[in-house]
Amino acid sequence: MTSALDITQSVKAPRAVFVNFPLGHQTGKPNDRGLQRSILLDAMRAFETINTPGEIVKLPYIWDANDRSWEEIDYTKGWLPERPSRDAADASEAERVAKYAK
Amino acid sequence: MPVAYIPRTKELYSDFKPYQWVVNETVPWTPLKKPIAKSKIALMSSGGIMYRDQPRFHREDASYRRVPKDAAREDLNIWHFGYLTADAEKDPNCVFPLESMRALEAEGVIGELSDPAFSFMGGVYSARRIRDELAPKIVDELKRAHVDAFFLVPA
Repeated sequence: MTSALDITQSVKAPRAVFVNFPLGHQTGKPNDRGLQRSILLDAMRAFETINTPGEIVKLPYIWDANDRSWEEIDYTKGWLPERPSRDAADASEAERVAKYAK
Repeated sequence: MPVAYIPRTKELYSDFKPYQWVVNETVPWTPLKKPIAKSKIALMSSGGIMYRDQPRFHREDASYRRVPKDAAREDLNIWHFGYLTADAEKDPNCVFPLESMRALEAEGVIGELSDPAFSFMGGVYSARRIRDELAPKIVDELKRAHVDAFFLVPA
């Protein structure tokens, strides 16, 4: 499963399925069960249909037919938010561990 | 148009030593032995998913987490510095399609979803550590579980 076509072409996975979505959504949009299922069905089918090592099946899904601006900004400078401070990260980690301690 | 991520990564991390991209000349190939509807399939994501109170990932972390296949969504947590995790935190199925794979198993589209599923944090600078430290352990896991196919979701 890939959204980074150039990287997958360089790595040469045995079989790959490409979805042109912003990174972090390779298997669909959040809480869109229909889309997630459809992408997975295509990916599972590709296990059977790809006969050429290294073939990448390009799926036809479109992130937003009216707005392709994400393609301009995905993975560019300023695209990632500032990381939380170490203290904030430690606090949220302590909270996570405590949540499951009960 | 597919985004050119290799040049963008070079630009984004221009303050760092240039990343040595993996360029493979050959493609490994193992024919599928049975139809997917009869196959046992394992899932792995590089999206940085942790189950309940499993240790958090950190930078240059080549370890992996075993996630029970019946894990509930609220028991999955994410740590990754290299992609926008907001949507995956709302719904891990964006990068770790555990519920989607369980549904395909229940429908009989796939033979069996292997237990556990796997996750690591893909933001590791050293491709060598992934190849020499992480990959052999995952291969052992897959052999022990007798899986027929391995579904990888890089995030």
